[in-house]
Amino acid sequence: MAGLIERRTLLTGAAATGAAAAIGIGRARAAAPMKIGFVYVGPVGDLGWSYQHDVARKTLQEKYGDKIATQFVENVAEGPDAERVIRELAKVNAMVFATSFGFMNPTERVAKQFPKVKFEQATGYKTRPNMAEYNARFYEGRAVCGTMAGMLSKAGVAGYVASFPIPEVVMGINAFTLAARKVNPNFKTKVIWANTWFDPGRESDAAKSLIDQGADILAQHTDSPAVMQTAEARGVLAFGQSSDMRRFGPKAQVTSIVDNWAPYYILRTQQALDGTWKTDDVWWGIKEGMVELAPYGPAVTDKVRAAADEVKAGIVSGKIHPFTGPIKDQKGNLKLAAGAVMPDADLLKINWYVEGVQA
Amino acid sequence: MTGGVLIPLLQTVVTSATPLLFAALGELVAERSGVLNLGVEGMMLAGAVFGFAVMTATGSDTLALLAAAAAGTTLALLFGVLALTLAASQVATGLALTIFGTGLSTLIGARYTGRTVPPLPRLDVPGLSELPVIGPLLFRYDAMVYLSVASAFAIGWFLRRTRGGMVLRAVGESDVSAHSIGHPVIRIRYLAVLFGGAMAGLGGAYLSLAYTPLWAEQMTAGRGWIALALVVFAAWRPGRALMGAYLFGGITVLQLYLQGSGLVAIPTQILAMVPYIATIVVLTVISSASARSRLSAPACLGKTFRVAT
Repeated sequence: MAGLIERRTLLTGAAATGAAAAIGIGRARAAAPMKIGFVYVGPVGDLGWSYQHDVARKTLQEKYGDKIATQFVENVAEGPDAERVIRELAKVNAMVFATSFGFMNPTERVAKQFPKVKFEQATGYKTRPNMAEYNARFYEGRAVCGTMAGMLSKAGVAGYVASFPIPEVVMGINAFTLAARKVNPNFKTKVIWANTWFDPGRESDAAKSLIDQGADILAQHTDSPAVMQTAEARGVLAFGQSSDMRRFGPKAQVTSIVDNWAPYYILRTQQALDGTWKTDDVWWGIKEGMVELAPYGPAVTDKVRAAADEVKAGIVSGKIHPFTGPIKDQKGNLKLAAGAVMPDADLLKINWYVEGVQA
Repeated sequence: MTGGVLIPLLQTVVTSATPLLFAALGELVAERSGVLNLGVEGMMLAGAVFGFAVMTATGSDTLALLAAAAAGTTLALLFGVLALTLAASQVATGLALTIFGTGLSTLIGARYTGRTVPPLPRLDVPGLSELPVIGPLLFRYDAMVYLSVASAFAIGWFLRRTRGGMVLRAVGESDVSAHSIGHPVIRIRYLAVLFGGAMAGLGGAYLSLAYTPLWAEQMTAGRGWIALALVVFAAWRPGRALMGAYLFGGITVLQLYLQGSGLVAIPTQILAMVPYIATIVVLTVISSASARSRLSAPACLGKTFRVAT
C-alpha cells in the first residue's frame, strides 16, 4: 500500500483553567503537557474505524486543553512499518494508543523497549505491565439492530454483507440473528462474504445480490458506505457500521452502530495524569458508552423504537445478554442450554453460526 | 424465481464490468503502440476524484466526465514526459504513477469524504426500455455503459481498418522500422498513452459517479491491476477485452449471488478465487491454441525507444 503517512500535532488551547480544578492542583502546575500518540490503520477520512478513533482523540484534546498534546499517524499498514511508527511515537510520547488488531505484536515489542511509556492496544489480547488492551462489545449493538430488523422486515429475510469469517464478525451475525428470531422465529439472515474490509464496488454488488434474492433489510460488517447507498437506491432498509451513515441513506438507515472510544480515552488519560494508570484488559459495551446507536431513521415506528429501547435498557441493566440459551446452531443442535449465558472466552472464539443464518 | 433473479444479476454484471472495460481498452491501445503503463490504478483514482469533485461543484455529468478524462490524461502526460521523452524505465515510471495518483487523489478527495452525488441518469429508450426481458437487459443503463461497448468496437475498427491504426501497431511491433520509414514514433506513442489515460480516468469516474456515487480513498480497490491483466487476457484485442471484462465481472458477481442463494456449500474463500482461477484457465487455453503466434504481445512492448542522433 502506498504509505501516505501524515503527522499532525494538534494543540488546542481550550479552557485550561476550568479543567485544572477537576484534575487536581499538583498535576495542573506541571508546565509541560503530557504527550499522547495515536496510530491509525486507515485514513482518518474513512468514515469508519479510524475516523471514529480520531473523533475520540479530538474529544480528548478538547477536554484536557493544554494539559495534553496529542498527535496521530494515519494509514499505518499492519506490517513492519507499524513497529517503526510505534517506536517513533514511543520516543516522544508518554502514552501511545495503537488502534488496530494487527498492531498488537509490534506494540508488544516496542512496549518491552520503553517500560516507562504506557501503551494501549485496541482489540488484541496481549497485556504487559505497561500495555493494556481494550475492545468494544459491538455484538450488543447488533442485538438491538436485530430486534429492529425482526420487526421491520416484511420478508423476514435480512442480507448481511460481511468481510472475513473471524470471530468478531461471526459474533455480530449471530447476535443480530438471535435477536431478530426472538421477534420473528422464522427470521433468516443471508450472509455474503465480500472477502474485503473495503471495496465500495464489491460491497455494493453484494448488497444488490442480497436484495435481488429477497432481503428487504441489510446489515454490514465492511467499512464503506456503499451498502447503505445501495439500500437507499433500491428502496430497502439498512443498518450502518462504525459511524452514522445517514447522509448515504436518509430514508434507508434504521440506525447505525457507532463506535465511541472517547469515554475510555478520557478515563485512561485521567489515570495517567493522576499516576494511577495500571494495565488492564477491558471489553466495554453500551453501558459504558463505548457502543452507541445512531438516531433512529424515518422507518422506525413507535413500536419498533420502544422494543429497541427496551433491549438497549435490558443490556445496560444486565437483564438481557444477547447470547443467552437456548441457542441452536445451523443444524439445529443445541449449543447452549436454556438460561445459560455464553462466557466471554467462548464468545471471543466463536466459529459457528446460530440457527437462521445462511452463510 | 430464476428469471426474477437472472435479469438483475446480469444488470449488476454490466455495471461491474464497465470500469474494467474502460481502463482495459485504454491500456490496450497504449500497449499496442509498445508502451507498458502500469499507472492505470493511479489514473483511475485521479479520474474518480476529479470527476466527483466537478460533479459536486457543477452538478453536470458531462463536465464531470470531461474532468475525469482530463485528469487521467494529465497523469498520462506526466508518464509520457518521463518514460517517452526522457526515456526512463516504463515499469518504474508506471508504478510511480500509481503511487502518485493514489496520494494525489487522497489529498484532493479529503474534503469530499462522506458526500454523495446523484448517480448518472439512465438512458431510457422510449418503447424499447419497456420491453419485457430485453428492455431491462439491454436498454436500461447510463450512457457510459453504451459508450464503453461502442469504444471496444470503435477501437477494434481503428486498429484493423484505418491507416492510423496500422501505423500505431507498426510502432508497437517495430519502432526502429517505423521510425526509418518516417513515422514519428514518440509522437504516436504519446497519443496512445494520453488516450489510455483518458479511458482510465473515465473508468475511475464510472466508479465514483455511477457504480457507487461517492468518494472514498482508494475506492478503485485494485481494479487498475485487473484491467492490466485483462489486456494480456484479451491478447491485445478490443473484442476479447470486452468479453474478458464481462466474463470477469460476471464471475465476480455470480460468486456473490451463489453465496446469497445458499445453494452451494463451497467455502467462500474458494468462491472468491473463482474469477482469478477462471482467468488463468482461459489464458492457458487461448495461449495454447494453434493461433498462438497471432496472439503474442506487441514486439516492442515496454522497450524504450531513443531516436539515434
